[in-house]
Amino acid sequence: MSTHVMAQHHPAEYQPPHHFPSARAEAEASKVGMWLFLATEVLLFAGLFCAYAAYKTLYPEIFKGAHKLLDLKWGAVNTMVLIFSSLTMALAVRAAQLGQRLNTVKFLAITWLCGAAFMGVKYIEYSHKIHVGLVPGQYYDMLGFTREFLEKFPQTPMSEVERLARGAHLFYGVYFLMTGLHGLHVLIGMGAIGWVLVRAMRGAFSPKFYFPVELVGLYWHLVDLIWIYLFPLLYLVG
Amino acid sequence: MTSMMAPSHKHGHDEPHVLPVSVYVAVWAALVVLTGITVYVAHFDFGSWNTIIAVLVATTKASLVSLYFMHLRYDNKFNLLILLGSLMLVAIFFYPTLTDLTTRGLIEPIRDLILPNR
Repeated sequence: MSTHVMAQHHPAEYQPPHHFPSARAEAEASKVGMWLFLATEVLLFAGLFCAYAAYKTLYPEIFKGAHKLLDLKWGAVNTMVLIFSSLTMALAVRAAQLGQRLNTVKFLAITWLCGAAFMGVKYIEYSHKIHVGLVPGQYYDMLGFTREFLEKFPQTPMSEVERLARGAHLFYGVYFLMTGLHGLHVLIGMGAIGWVLVRAMRGAFSPKFYFPVELVGLYWHLVDLIWIYLFPLLYLVG
Repeated sequence: MTSMMAPSHKHGHDEPHVLPVSVYVAVWAALVVLTGITVYVAHFDFGSWNTIIAVLVATTKASLVSLYFMHLRYDNKFNLLILLGSLMLVAIFFYPTLTDLTTRGLIEPIRDLILPNR
């Protein structure tokens, strides 16, 4: 009798809620739900990508000029960090599929740390831009832009720098909105990873019940997907 | 690369579909190489092709992530349909917006002809 009770609490004996015929049906249905949510995320970011395309079409020289003040090195580092975190996230899901509790926890922890590293780099980038005045709207500092631009590209003719300085806030508006919304998603993703990490440590998952790890993984990969477009569009071609 | 072919469908229906680690590492390596390519290519000026090349490379990377890391290649195809559906909506969003922006200049001479005293 007591072994029967214990077996019920063992994760391998996971029973789905009664309205699902099987654990697999539950996982599949949850995944469809997650993909529908991810589709709305794609459309949310599409609005900002469209704003980027529209402003870039209208003011191509300003985008080309203003993007040069983004730090390509930090952008490339963050790209590598996110791509690596996507790998570790995929490996965490794989470990969960196989019921490898320790590996699941390990890979989730590495993924979380990558997210933290990404936000650390973003903090360095943001604080420099805010300090210099490369921000959107009324806090934009034309003189700050001019100084920063001449420091990096001293050969540029003054008339050219002046023309860029008048419009660069448009680029930084798009930059801060896009990377800001993306950064918010990284933070939410880190929260979600933390949640499945704690559950994985407690031994909640098994080869029959691991879909929460998979769904968090899908979210994290989407965050990576968005960055895959943001990095070249903002840092490389501007 | 033979491991890419390894994922089999002979599991029972309730077993998770597990890909070998080598597939994930290969996809990661491809992503790193493609990132290197997009950074390298950005050193040259191809005019209006700059953005197109950047988006093409990014889309290749995005396809790798969604097909392998997100399992779309092995999943129920309905999930792939949802993603492609959202991308179709994105295209509907972009196309008229950009057509409008890039052709407004064309209409002005015609408008001045029809409404000279505007």
